[in-house]
Amino acid sequence: MEHFIELRDICKSYGQQAAVCNATLELKKGEVFSLLGPSGCGKTTLLRILGGFQYPDSGRVIVNGQDITDLPANKRPINTVFQNYALFPNMTVWDNIAFGLRVARMTRKEINVEVDRMLELIDMQDHARKKPGEISGGQKQRVAIARALVNKPQLLLLDEPLAALDLKLRQRMLIELDNIHDEVGITFLYVTHDQGEAMSLSDRIAVMNNGSIEQIGSPVEIYEAPGSSFVAAFIGDTNFINGQVKEKIDHDYIRIELEEFNSVLAWNDKQLNPGERVDLSIRPEKFRLFRNKPEATPYMNAVEGTVEDIIYLGAQTKYWIRVGEKLVSVQQQHGRFLLDETPITWGENVWVCWHANDGYMLQRFDEEDASMLPLPPEEDLEDDEEAQ
Amino acid sequence: MKRSRFPLLISVGVMLFFYLPIFLLVVGSFNDSRYGGPWRGFTLKWYERLLTERDIWAATENTLIIALVSTVVATCLGTIAAWVLHRYHGALQRTHYLFMYMPLVVPDILMGISLLLLFVNFSAKLGLTTITLAHITFCTSYVTLVVLGRLQDFDNNVVDAALDLGARWPRIIWNVILPMLGPGIASGALLAFTLSVDDFIITFFVCGPGSTTLPLYVYSSMKHGSPTIINALCTIFMAVTAIIVITGQFLMNRRQPVQQLRS
Repeated sequence: MEHFIELRDICKSYGQQAAVCNATLELKKGEVFSLLGPSGCGKTTLLRILGGFQYPDSGRVIVNGQDITDLPANKRPINTVFQNYALFPNMTVWDNIAFGLRVARMTRKEINVEVDRMLELIDMQDHARKKPGEISGGQKQRVAIARALVNKPQLLLLDEPLAALDLKLRQRMLIELDNIHDEVGITFLYVTHDQGEAMSLSDRIAVMNNGSIEQIGSPVEIYEAPGSSFVAAFIGDTNFINGQVKEKIDHDYIRIELEEFNSVLAWNDKQLNPGERVDLSIRPEKFRLFRNKPEATPYMNAVEGTVEDIIYLGAQTKYWIRVGEKLVSVQQQHGRFLLDETPITWGENVWVCWHANDGYMLQRFDEEDASMLPLPPEEDLEDDEEAQ
Repeated sequence: MKRSRFPLLISVGVMLFFYLPIFLLVVGSFNDSRYGGPWRGFTLKWYERLLTERDIWAATENTLIIALVSTVVATCLGTIAAWVLHRYHGALQRTHYLFMYMPLVVPDILMGISLLLLFVNFSAKLGLTTITLAHITFCTSYVTLVVLGRLQDFDNNVVDAALDLGARWPRIIWNVILPMLGPGIASGALLAFTLSVDDFIITFFVCGPGSTTLPLYVYSSMKHGSPTIINALCTIFMAVTAIIVITGQFLMNRRQPVQQLRS
C-alpha cells in the first residue's frame, strides 16, 4: 500500500549546523506517530518542514501521493497545534476556532455548525465567548486542538502540546488526546521529548538523535528491542553489558566473555561468531534477585554481588548491585513487601539472575549514551565531593 | 522610629523646580496686566483676544495639518520598520536599527541644519511640505522604537498559526497582527503627534513664508508681540497635550492580550 504521508531523505541545516540529516518517514493513515528525542535532536525542524514553515534543503514531502514540498503553509492540508498554543489573543474562543473556516469562506451556517460541534468535542461550550487570556492552560490547549481539527486536516501536527502543563493536567490531557484521536481518526504526528507521552499515545515512534532517526517502531519494539545504545538509554532505564563472543553454545545461544565480570549466556539474535564484540542491553526489571544461589536451569544466568544502594519507590524498589567492577541496576516489583517478603537491605549478598533471552543485542553502541543512565544517589554524592 | 523628612523635602523641591514655571504661566494667563508682573486681578480677556487673533488660527491650522500628515506617514513607516527589525536579525537590520536610533540622539539643531541644506540643494520651496518631511523623519524613529518595544512580547507562533490555518498575508496583517499591536501603534502615533506639534528647532530651519507653526508663532510674539496672550495660548496648549499624554499612558498601561496569554 502506498504510504499516506512520506518524508523522503529530508536534509536541513542552519548555517554549518545540520539540524536534520537524511530523515525518511512513512506515516499510515489514521495512526498516531511520535517523533521522540532530546531537545535539539531535530524533531521540531522536521515538524516545521511538514507544516510548511520551513523548507528542506533537499528531500521531498508527500501527502496522499501528492508532492507538497514547495507548497507554503497556508496551502497545505495540514494543521498544527503549537507548543504555546499560539491562540489569537484578540479573538474569543469561538472566533479562534472559526478562523480557519472563515478563511476557507464557508457560509455562516456551516461555520456555526462546525464550531459548535468542536466546542462540544472539547467540552468548552460554556467558554465560547471568553478570550484566551481568561481561560486556563488546559483549556487553551483544547481550544488549540479544536482550532486545528475543525479544518479537517489530513494530518495534525502536535508540537510538544503538553509541555506547558503541570503533571496532573498532562496525564488528563493525554487521555483526552487519545479520545479525540479515536473520535476524529485523523493522522497525528506528535513531537515530544517525553518518552511517557510518546509510549502511551503512539502507534509508532521514531526516536531521533543529532538530526537523524535512530529507530522507528511500535512502543513495544522500541522498548524491548532497541536498535542502538542511544534508544536503549533514552527510553527507560537499562544496563549495558559489553564483551566478546567466547563460544557458540548451540545455534541460538552464545557464551560471552565480559569485560567486567564472569561470562554469561545470551541469545544470539544477531548470529555473531566467536571473537566478535557484543553489546547487550538488559532492562532493570528483567533481573530477579535471590538471597541464595538459585538452582541452575537451562540458559539461566546467575551472578553474585552485594547491594550497594536501594531506592524504595512504593510499587517497586530499585537496587544497585555491585557485581565485580560493575554496578547493575535492578528493579523489583512488590507483591506483599512487608508481609511475605523480607526486604533485602544494604550490604547484603545477593544473586542476580536473568534468562539468556532477557538481554538484547544492540546494533550500535556508543560509550557516551551510558552517561544518560541514572546513577545511584551515593555515586552522585561522591562525584560532587570530588568536584569540590 | 521617626521617619526622616528629608526625602519629602527633596520631592517637594524637585516638584517646585519642575512645575513652578508652568504654574506661574497658567496664573499669568488669568492676570489682568499687560506685561505680566504683579497680580492685578482675574480676567479672561487674554483668552478672548486669543479668539480674535487671526495669525494664531492660521498657525494652528498649519501645525495640525503638519502633525496629522506626519503622524499618519510616520506611523505607517515606523510600524513596518519595527516589524522588519523584529522579524529579521542580520547585519542589515543592525545598521537599520542604528539609523532609526540616530535622530533620537543627534541634536535637533544638527537635524535642522542638515535638512535645510538638503532642501536647498534640491531647490525645494520651503514651506509646509518641507516641514512635514522633516517631521516625518524624526517621528518615524519614535514610532519604530515604541512599536519595537511592544513587539518584544509578540508571539511569532501566532503568525505561523494563522498561516497554518490557511490565511494569506493581508488577512493575517489585518485580523491578527494589527489588533495585537494596536495599542503599541496608537501610543507611537500619539507620541509622534505631540512631538510634531511641539517641535520648534527643526521646524525653524525648514520653514518658509506662510508656513508659521504654533511654536514659531509663540516665539515671535514673545519677541515683539504681547507675551500675556501667549500665556493663554500655552495654557490651552498644555491642557491639550496633557490630555493626549494621559490617553497615551492609559493605552500603554492597559494589559496587553499578549501579556494575558503569558500570565
